[in-house]
Amino acid sequence: MAQHWRAGAAGLAVLGLTLTACGGAKVGDSGSAGSTSSGGKCGTFNLAVNPWVGYEADAAVVAYVAQHDLGCTVDKKDLKEEIAWQGFGTGEVDAVLENWGHDDLKKKYITGQKTAVEAGSTGNKGIIGWYVPPWLAKAHPDITNWQNLDKYAARFKTSESGGKGQLLDGDPSYVTNDAALVKNLKLDFKVVYAGSETALIQAFRTAEKNKQWLIGYFYEPQWFLSEVPLVKVDLPKYTTGCDADAAKVACDYPVYDLDKIVSANFAKSGSPAYDLVKNFHWTNDDQNTVAKYIAVDKLSDDAAAKKWVDANPDKVKAWLK
Amino acid sequence: MAAVADATAPAATIREKISRPMVVAAILVVWLVLFAAFRGRQTLTLAAADLTGLHRRLNDVNDSIGANRNSNPVFLYFFNEIRLAIDNLVTFVQSVISQPAGGRPVPQIGWLGVVGLTGYVSWAVGNWRVALLAVAGFTFFGLQGLWQESMDTLALTLSAVLVALLIGIPLGVWAGLSDRFNRVMTPFLDFMQTMPTFVYLAPLTLIFLIGGASAVITTVIYAAPPAIRITAHAIRSVPETTVEAADSLGTTRTQQLVKVLLPMSKRTVVMGVNQTIMAALAMVTIAALIDAPGLGKTVVQALQSLDVGTAFNAGLAIVVMAIVLDRVTTAAAARTETRRDGRFLKWRRPLLGAGGVAALVLVYLSHTYVWAAEFPGDGTAGSHIASAADTATTWLQDHLSGLTNALRDVLTNGLLNPFQTLLTDSPWWLVGAVLVGLGAVLGGWRAGVTAAVCVGLLVATGLWSDSMTTLASTAVATALVMLVGVVFGVWMGRSTLVDRLIRPTLDAAQVMPPFVYLVPFLALFGATRFTAIVAAVVYAAPVAVKIIADGVRNVSAPTVEAATSAGCNTWQIITKVQLPMARGALTLATNQGLIYVLSMVVVGGLVGAGALGYDVVAGFSQGELYGKGLAAGLAIVLLGVMFDRITQAAARRTRA
Repeated sequence: MAQHWRAGAAGLAVLGLTLTACGGAKVGDSGSAGSTSSGGKCGTFNLAVNPWVGYEADAAVVAYVAQHDLGCTVDKKDLKEEIAWQGFGTGEVDAVLENWGHDDLKKKYITGQKTAVEAGSTGNKGIIGWYVPPWLAKAHPDITNWQNLDKYAARFKTSESGGKGQLLDGDPSYVTNDAALVKNLKLDFKVVYAGSETALIQAFRTAEKNKQWLIGYFYEPQWFLSEVPLVKVDLPKYTTGCDADAAKVACDYPVYDLDKIVSANFAKSGSPAYDLVKNFHWTNDDQNTVAKYIAVDKLSDDAAAKKWVDANPDKVKAWLK
Repeated sequence: MAAVADATAPAATIREKISRPMVVAAILVVWLVLFAAFRGRQTLTLAAADLTGLHRRLNDVNDSIGANRNSNPVFLYFFNEIRLAIDNLVTFVQSVISQPAGGRPVPQIGWLGVVGLTGYVSWAVGNWRVALLAVAGFTFFGLQGLWQESMDTLALTLSAVLVALLIGIPLGVWAGLSDRFNRVMTPFLDFMQTMPTFVYLAPLTLIFLIGGASAVITTVIYAAPPAIRITAHAIRSVPETTVEAADSLGTTRTQQLVKVLLPMSKRTVVMGVNQTIMAALAMVTIAALIDAPGLGKTVVQALQSLDVGTAFNAGLAIVVMAIVLDRVTTAAAARTETRRDGRFLKWRRPLLGAGGVAALVLVYLSHTYVWAAEFPGDGTAGSHIASAADTATTWLQDHLSGLTNALRDVLTNGLLNPFQTLLTDSPWWLVGAVLVGLGAVLGGWRAGVTAAVCVGLLVATGLWSDSMTTLASTAVATALVMLVGVVFGVWMGRSTLVDRLIRPTLDAAQVMPPFVYLVPFLALFGATRFTAIVAAVVYAAPVAVKIIADGVRNVSAPTVEAATSAGCNTWQIITKVQLPMARGALTLATNQGLIYVLSMVVVGGLVGAGALGYDVVAGFSQGELYGKGLAAGLAIVLLGVMFDRITQAAARRTRA
């Protein structure tokens, strides 16, 4: 009873106070002029952002340049690869900036449905392979040769590997031949699926910190390598076609030329954002720098991009030609 | 069902009662003996990258949807219309509270208006205590520096709950009135609740495109079943005498529904709304995977760089939102029940009016002035929370990892590995026969038939071996859930104080997105099946604890007093009186614990559980494995249905 009285009185008091004491800047007084100054021609640029930090770095820089130099309204969409590619056909996605191989998707959407087209290399080299934490490579230098792996297999045993050495695999999004590799190289290892990049990174982080034995699937460019510089194990050298039959693979992964994919309509649209995507080209070091700003220094995407763009005006100028 | 069993074998019941545990033991012994004889034969294993014909066919179906999207009339005139309607709804709600709209750099209603409105509505439908909680909670989002993210999440949740209720309540009423419709509906609801979301995320974005509509529909699929189930239950629980009385007054069916059934079941239906909201909030991080804006995105993005602090901060906002919405709807349900005295009613109206005017003034202010539209400050509380969470997890990782690794190894080698070997290395027909036999003995012949059908379908999915691996982890996790459930449930059931202290933690564990605590768990236990088990226990144990606490509390006080005066000590009272008398609650807790554990199988796949969880994740990530992921999702549903039916039938028997 009385409490409701009080609540009502409080409400009235607030009302009275606000009517007499309100003031301050009104919405729309200022600032709105800056936010709507689009360059007109570019319009909306739908950029897919696949879930890894390296890609986030690509997207941050391209979005920053598109926004500030071309006046585009950039709509970043956080999507997994497969869903992003689906978006080419439905018009929800204009560009994918860092594609790792994915011949299956290329076959389906570029040659099959013809909803996507290639837009050239990003300049980044994607390296996939087996890695060990740096302390291990230092303590046992010969471990980086695959032929010596069996010698140490017992040390890699875990509760998951059923008496064999454990080879930790990561996110199922990426290409992996590891099960076939273990079999065909006749190694005494078992592939254990960590299931996510998060799990893989955490495993390597713990292993380096506690000097644990760990060998696992990893890849570069990757921001984590600037925190813990993992060492790659040499598998039998890759030669063209040695991975043609997935079941008989016994060689290292090829070096992937990471490339850009855009929707067929976007390529024809004449949007300046398309030219930017097509010209976008940088190195693994560039990407690692921006990725480090985001993942380690915890800058926002925009701040990270600004920092890099301000430091590299020549590269950006080349993309805008 | 129990009645059928009783009618067919009245003479056999006594014999059956004595021998049931012995039959179970006999089945297990036979299993062990045959396992020794047939070990490693006909285990139906399938390697991670291998596919069966079924998987390929499912892939083709998925591809043909994509190929025909723009020509098929079903898409052009049906799905697209649904998408448009829902998209408009979401965009509208977002423009009101979360996203810049109509040329304004801010939404129509700013933070002050939202806080004021929330407080007012909570007070109007609940009481002043929950109103205070709501105001404090919503202000907290701003202090965390997550105002806009929180409002995006709120907008999506409100839209999804609205759609879920629009569909769910009519269907629920129908299911409440018609037994036949109820029977038809139940398997669909089971399916919607246990099918892992990852399986239908990609096809949904193909049908409803990327954006608000897909996010809402994903959420509705998971959140509508509780609304339907609880509404049906509410309609059914209206006493028959009341309905008959209405009948004798000559009411029509419509009158009966509108004047008798609905008003009398109002309280339970509001609880259904509550459960729908909770289920919708559970989908926040999943929906972020298809670009749904809000807190989920913050969590998912922070985890790409293993930023536990930021993820925790956003997770905490989800927990706060869930607790506020839970308490407000619970208070609303309580209000529909209690009648206030006349004096109160006299004053309530003018007060409500005054409060309404005050709320509108706040809304106006937040629409007009920048200080009331954008939350002031830069969310320093949020960065404090984040760094505190970081420090705490680092400390835990540094100081406990030796202990946790030892625990993992003991449980994995002592319990999980042998059990898993028994399940995966036995021939499929042997495990199948054991499951059917146990189902029949524990739950009756119908449960046995259900088990047989499920076993058959599991073999048909081509993922038998993976299913058995998952089953082993699930069983171990459920056992741990029951252990935690009994310990804390009894403790809470016996002491109101303990209950009050522990309950908020349980609520938090239930709604905190699992993604947030996966990183610390990975650091403590490594990428292993055990990490998956621990994550499942954290998520499933609160339900079991709550149910058991409730069961223990409901044991009648005179019985406990009688036992005390008979000289029983505390231990004896718990083991001889309270637990046996709460048997119904224990079976219900097992049932719910198992279902909740199964709903974490996919999350487990992300941290090293392998098997079905990994198959689903891989299917979501790689187009070629889509069919296999779908089959794995079906296998999870089958496991869920099989154990749900067996435990429910067993529960009915223990009660009979």
